Amino acid sequence: MEVTAYKTDMEFFVDMQRCIGCKACEMACAECETNGHESMIHVNYVERAVTIQTTVQVCMHCDDPVCAKVCPADAITKDDFGVVHSANTARCIGCSNCVMACPFGVPIKEEKYDMMMKCNMCYDRTSAGKKPMCATVCPSQALFYGTREEISRMRPNSTPVREFIFGAQTVTTKVNIMMPKGSTHLKIH
Amino acid sequence: MAKLPAPPETIIAKFGPHLNFAPQEGYPGRDEPDAVVKTHCCFCGMQCGIQLLVKNNKVVGFEPWMEFPFNEGRLCPKGVQRYLQDNHPDRLLEPLERVEGEGFRPIAWEPALDRVTAAIRKIQASYGNDAFAVLSGVSLTNEKSYLMGKFARVAIKTANLDYNGRLCMVSAGAGNKKAFGLDRASNSYADLEHAEVILVTGANVSETFPTLTYWLWRARDNGAKLIVVDPRVIPLARTADIHLDIRPGTDSALYGAMLKYLGDHDMLDHDFIREHTTGFEDTLAAVQEYTLEWAEQVTGIDREKIRQAAELWGKAGTSFLLHARGIEHHSKGVENVLGCINLVLATGRIGRPYCGYGTITGQGNGQGGREHGHKCDQLPGNRDITNPEHRKYIAGVWGIPESELPGKGLTAWELIEAIHRGEVKGLLSICFNPLVSLPNNNYVREALEKLEFYVCIDFFLNETARHADIVLAGSLHEEEEGTVTTAEGRVVRIRRAVTPPGNARTDTSIILDLAARLGAADKFTYADSEAIFNELRVASKGGTADYYGITYKKIEDHMGIFWPCPSEDHPGTPRLWEDRKFATPDGKAHFNPVHFREPSEVTDEAYPVVLTTGRVVSQYLSGTQTRRIGKLVGINPEPLLEIHPELAAKYNIRQRETVRVTTRRGSGEFPANIVETIRKDTVFIPYHWPGKKSANQLTIGTLDPVSKIPEFKVCACRLEPLDRFTQPGEIHAFDSI
Repeated sequence: MEVTAYKTDMEFFVDMQRCIGCKACEMACAECETNGHESMIHVNYVERAVTIQTTVQVCMHCDDPVCAKVCPADAITKDDFGVVHSANTARCIGCSNCVMACPFGVPIKEEKYDMMMKCNMCYDRTSAGKKPMCATVCPSQALFYGTREEISRMRPNSTPVREFIFGAQTVTTKVNIMMPKGSTHLKIH
Repeated sequence: MAKLPAPPETIIAKFGPHLNFAPQEGYPGRDEPDAVVKTHCCFCGMQCGIQLLVKNNKVVGFEPWMEFPFNEGRLCPKGVQRYLQDNHPDRLLEPLERVEGEGFRPIAWEPALDRVTAAIRKIQASYGNDAFAVLSGVSLTNEKSYLMGKFARVAIKTANLDYNGRLCMVSAGAGNKKAFGLDRASNSYADLEHAEVILVTGANVSETFPTLTYWLWRARDNGAKLIVVDPRVIPLARTADIHLDIRPGTDSALYGAMLKYLGDHDMLDHDFIREHTTGFEDTLAAVQEYTLEWAEQVTGIDREKIRQAAELWGKAGTSFLLHARGIEHHSKGVENVLGCINLVLATGRIGRPYCGYGTITGQGNGQGGREHGHKCDQLPGNRDITNPEHRKYIAGVWGIPESELPGKGLTAWELIEAIHRGEVKGLLSICFNPLVSLPNNNYVREALEKLEFYVCIDFFLNETARHADIVLAGSLHEEEEGTVTTAEGRVVRIRRAVTPPGNARTDTSIILDLAARLGAADKFTYADSEAIFNELRVASKGGTADYYGITYKKIEDHMGIFWPCPSEDHPGTPRLWEDRKFATPDGKAHFNPVHFREPSEVTDEAYPVVLTTGRVVSQYLSGTQTRRIGKLVGINPEPLLEIHPELAAKYNIRQRETVRVTTRRGSGEFPANIVETIRKDTVFIPYHWPGKKSANQLTIGTLDPVSKIPEFKVCACRLEPLDRFTQPGEIHAFDSI
């Protein structure tokens, strides 16, 4: 029987100020067999007319994932390691409820497969003790996969934040966003 | 003679570029490769470690190489997608000969090589040995660079050999030699980590060397301040502490003003200057008129920002200065480089931990390729071809009388001019696509059309190869053993992952076959690449670029060795000049006075806008490889004209409107990308594309008088909106003709 080597102390950290918009993460994510060679991470310009700033959109792996909650087919599951998985192929009915419900705008209904697909934090790699492909290749380490101790030692001027406030709703996630030192949450209006 | 043998549409339909999105046979079985080969990326000078997955003699994927110390698995999009150049549908699988009106048809190796040999002999018998020229490239390994230098001089017996590093960092090389007597970055990039100030000038690090940004952030996490000099807000500049938005072509004015400020405010290392340098007084005297006010007027940078930059640089305890083509692609590139070095020497911050200086090499083997003798003025070990002692030593290694060793030949651009003049009649090129990468490429095309014979060694039919009489199907990076030298000066191993497909051959075997046919078989007897490297070691021994102590095994054992490494028990030299003994004859570092002068072409009423060129993150140099990889093309499907909203408004240019850009060399049409992240007086076009989308039909061939590098980075243009709009990605099949 295969035993996973999932390191539960490893977390995912996203630092937008380091993003250089190179899309190495997209290229590397699409190398994964389980995604049908589609990228599950997306890099976008915020407003190219005025800035070169790019942002990374990746599944935040919510503690209480609303995408799974709203799925009428029970196709989305969260495992014991906190990974919210892509839709179960056999169950997904392509209704796009998850697409509309996700506060981070992450799941995408891939028309050619007629199902929702999203990042599963490289489960094939992370469950075998490796790092997710996007974080491994990210040349500026805007994407980092490691322990909380590592990141606090490496980046003394930033604090990981995993609490997001959308109006009256608070969402906590497995994925952290790096914010200025001392930040505790990110409030989204 | 060398006009296109068929309409470009016909040639492109057969030989591409076509886009490859996935391995030809698909991905099945990729999880269980036959082999996992540790090697390096085939692109820029970072030479990131990477593992290639091999199945059935094909590269089918990659796996990050976490242990390689420079990049620890990190890669840019080009590195991630590089494996798709292997087994590509456009790959040349056999030699080709031109057929007028039809294009190219296969030819067997024997008659192909015979034709090449006969053409070389005929041209040389009629016009002299130097009438046949060789153009080489620095994506080649050290072994192949060395071999090309020896092949041109010993087998072809021509002086006219040069290389495409001439378009890259020769200004840095010339400046380094003048100042330090040795041409290499002074430190490994690990020394960035605790530098207090880092000055990056003329280097779009985030798009051209993305994995280097990690080391810059490591430093910033430790408190380093970052100063970026660039006419655009490049991704690295977005978060920099100071961004100096310089007017292209005025770099040396900025450095001069900073040096004067250091002098005026006594931010100098007097002990270092006195004990270890020469020429400081003259150098400081040369910039006495360069006040901040003057510098603001010349460079267009706010004087207060220049002052802040000078303060940061001057007061730091440790620092690192990095530059690249942005200051080197000029008719005064050497002066720009010397201006930078003067700032480093004035503060004495070199040859000690967390202090350093260096150019960032753009091509894969930009460093090693400029050390081993396929430059027109150089012999292996970075020896001088005009120095009698150097000539005698290399002639001895090669087993020929010194009198038979040709002298200094023409540089790359001068060769094109010599073809125009009818002095050079035949050409062999390898790993070089001058029709895209040289400036003023309409002039280059006319030169190709004047050649009596042109033979090209390559693995794709690049834009220049379409003009060839014979195309010899050579080898990819992953098809030969060898070494390259990274931008840090670290010699690393390139490992063969697969053998050439079809009837393609390794570049080395092609050169050896040609050498034998030209009557030099006894001088070219190598069992393998390691044998070539071992001869290179001997040839470099005692030179400034001394590789003698580096062996394949030592590289394997240590994941790379830094040159100089003069003996087998020597560990290599990651940090130069810790003993303060520079490689100049007097052992001192040399200040060089730099007087600012304008670029060769300045704006006027007819051409009122500054044009500058550069790269985008998904494309590599002339695009021969990267314009064939689907997802890389997807990131940047076409070259866009970056223009500031105020300048766009002046000419009534709207977003995505096609703009005709005209210079004194030619004109091209580019969709406008209106962005505030560029100077108001400057437009930018990336140069990776050919034909109508070529930036280099606009650029100027004025050369730096010392390095002979063309002035790619600045010329004057005019803009004309054409009231035609395209959407992103709306590319037509033959748009790039």
